[in-house]
Amino acid sequence: MAATGYALLIVLMPLAGFVVLGLAGRHHLKRSAGWLATALMSVSAAAALLLAWHYFFVQNALGRSLEPAEVFRFRWLSFSPSLYVDMGMHLDGLSVMMLVLVSTVSLLVHLYSVEYLRSEERYTSYFAFLQLFTFSMLGLVVSVNLFQIYFFWELVGVSSYLLIGFHYERPSAVSAAKKAFVVTRFADFGFLIGILIVGFSSTSFDLNTLFQTNCHVDAAREELFLGMSAITWGTLLMFMGGAGKSAMFPLHIWLPDAMEGPTPVSALIHAATMVVAGVFLVARLFPLYEVAWLTADVVTVIGLTSSLLAAIIACTQTDIKRVLAYSTMSQIGLMLFGLGLAAQGASREAGYVGSQFHLFTHGFFKALLFLAAGVVIHRVHSNEVSDMGGLRRTLPLTHLVFLIACLAISGIPPLSGFFSKETILLAAASHPFWYGLALLVSALTAFYMFRLYFLTFWNKPALPKSEPELPTASERLAYGFPLVVLAVATAVNGFIPFGLFVAPDGRPYPVHASAAAWLPPVGAALCGIAVAAWGYARASERPQELARRFGAFYSVAYRKFYIDELYAYITRRIIFGKVGRSAAWTDRQVVDGAVNQAGWLIQQWSLLMKCWQSGRLQGYAFWFFVGAGLLAVVLLLYSPN
Amino acid sequence: MDVLNFLLITASGLFFIGVYGFLTRRNLLTMLISAELMLNGAALNLVAFNRYRWPEELDGLFLAVFIVAIAAAEAALLIAIVLRLYRNTRSVDVSDITELKH
Repeated sequence: MAATGYALLIVLMPLAGFVVLGLAGRHHLKRSAGWLATALMSVSAAAALLLAWHYFFVQNALGRSLEPAEVFRFRWLSFSPSLYVDMGMHLDGLSVMMLVLVSTVSLLVHLYSVEYLRSEERYTSYFAFLQLFTFSMLGLVVSVNLFQIYFFWELVGVSSYLLIGFHYERPSAVSAAKKAFVVTRFADFGFLIGILIVGFSSTSFDLNTLFQTNCHVDAAREELFLGMSAITWGTLLMFMGGAGKSAMFPLHIWLPDAMEGPTPVSALIHAATMVVAGVFLVARLFPLYEVAWLTADVVTVIGLTSSLLAAIIACTQTDIKRVLAYSTMSQIGLMLFGLGLAAQGASREAGYVGSQFHLFTHGFFKALLFLAAGVVIHRVHSNEVSDMGGLRRTLPLTHLVFLIACLAISGIPPLSGFFSKETILLAAASHPFWYGLALLVSALTAFYMFRLYFLTFWNKPALPKSEPELPTASERLAYGFPLVVLAVATAVNGFIPFGLFVAPDGRPYPVHASAAAWLPPVGAALCGIAVAAWGYARASERPQELARRFGAFYSVAYRKFYIDELYAYITRRIIFGKVGRSAAWTDRQVVDGAVNQAGWLIQQWSLLMKCWQSGRLQGYAFWFFVGAGLLAVVLLLYSPN
Repeated sequence: MDVLNFLLITASGLFFIGVYGFLTRRNLLTMLISAELMLNGAALNLVAFNRYRWPEELDGLFLAVFIVAIAAAEAALLIAIVLRLYRNTRSVDVSDITELKH
């Protein structure tokens, strides 16, 4: 019973905050909205930690198999005895881990935002949206039903739209919010069809029923369309939704633009609430992905492609938040790569545990990177790295935590990123080609993160545009506390025996890696760091030289491989220009034309008829007599006798 | 030419004189008289057929009496209308009466 209480508390606190702040906040809670929301979130986060303790240590003994538990369920829609939609809370290692991650990161982001957005006009709305965002993600991770996932999935989409477009007076923010919404919504179209296919072929939307009755295995054997089974089609289409939310190639175009949102929102989107939803989806439906042979390959390839692509683009960008955005895309790609490998079956446990472990550690260090970047941006009033430089003296704490996060994301032991990335690489070890590519991504990650680090905190100090304002005491607290907590989490999380908590089927999987397996990734990361230090630690001509060496490839990467332009070409020229215009012509000429022609015909006819209605009595009488006469003639001629 | 034919020709003559008058005259009173002519032409037909075809029946005569009664009522009504119209428009010309259209 305790678990039910904790679980309900976790999810309902942000919902209550959203309702209260959304309804009453504008007039009554102008000043205290931030603290109220933070207080609610801290209750939620505390409940999440208690729930985790309860679930892992009281309900289950650590090191043994974890039993999934259902703490809450009610029937939302009922169509037939076998077809229904439930809402509820499903607890297993995965969902408890996500609850802890989401509520903790969200709490720290809330705390940070209390000061960061202090001067905003729509301070209370911001916190209301933030609470809604957190609630959506928390509801998503405990789903018991495919439709519950979809429901909260869309809520995540809508609240991210509200937050990315928070500065709606800026046209760029509006278009970024629209782009994020349209791209993810387009992907969700595939998701919905996937849900329907899976539900239809296995006659249930309920996750427990799906996994326990093994009907998905039977459904996977029968061919549905184009030689692929219903499960393959369903999981492929659902992965389309996941790729949209997780910003995987080729649906990643919204992610860099989403940097228009306030920086804490970026931290939340990238660390815990939105982009990891796709990874969570694949992990949650892992039994389905395992039996769909093609989808696992697609997930692997898309994951690695996105990872490599994003890493290359990140090396060329100059906007601090965009570099971080592409690094997120790269890391999420790695997670999906690991999950894909696991679903292929060869390294089932290592891939699954590694990707979830990486999701967990990445959540903390990516939130840390964004919040630290927020402090830097606040200081220099610019996102461009050229306006930064030499900040290690003026922002010592930020410098320290940023360095910790950079080391973690690069995979340097003993920080958390090393352990999680190492596990993913372990899963890839049996495929030399993919292992090589993943190593390359690893090296590139280290390079661009340290390029960013050196450009921001070392290098030549840029001339300040305006007099930097000194942080107040409350700002120090509100910025410093989340940064320190996240830095500690980043440093020590790697020592969690993660495989005991989250593993496929709940069976614990202790990760063992030999020192020989450690060497290549660490070596690759060190190479990346060394190159970054060589190029960017001091102001020099080396970066330009390096860029010139790569020539056209550099400029193509700088323009993000022209994918945005390709999309613009497809939408503007082909869809709007050709399809849209011909559809508009058809509408105007054929559809409207038919209606107009019909109207015109009736009009002409009535004009003709109008002449008869002269209003002259004798005219009518004349026609009456003519008619009567004609009738008489007809009767005379055709009478029977 | 027997009497019946003579009567029928007379009746149709009356009727068509009435039609002609109704269609050509603009004066409402003249049109009223023309309408009476048409009615009487029809009534004469009925009487003639009754007398020379079915002398033992009385249907045609009754019908004719009805027509006379109705014609009297109709004439009274129409003359009242014409008088009202004349009061309002100072005219009994049918083409001047346009106010009832709407």
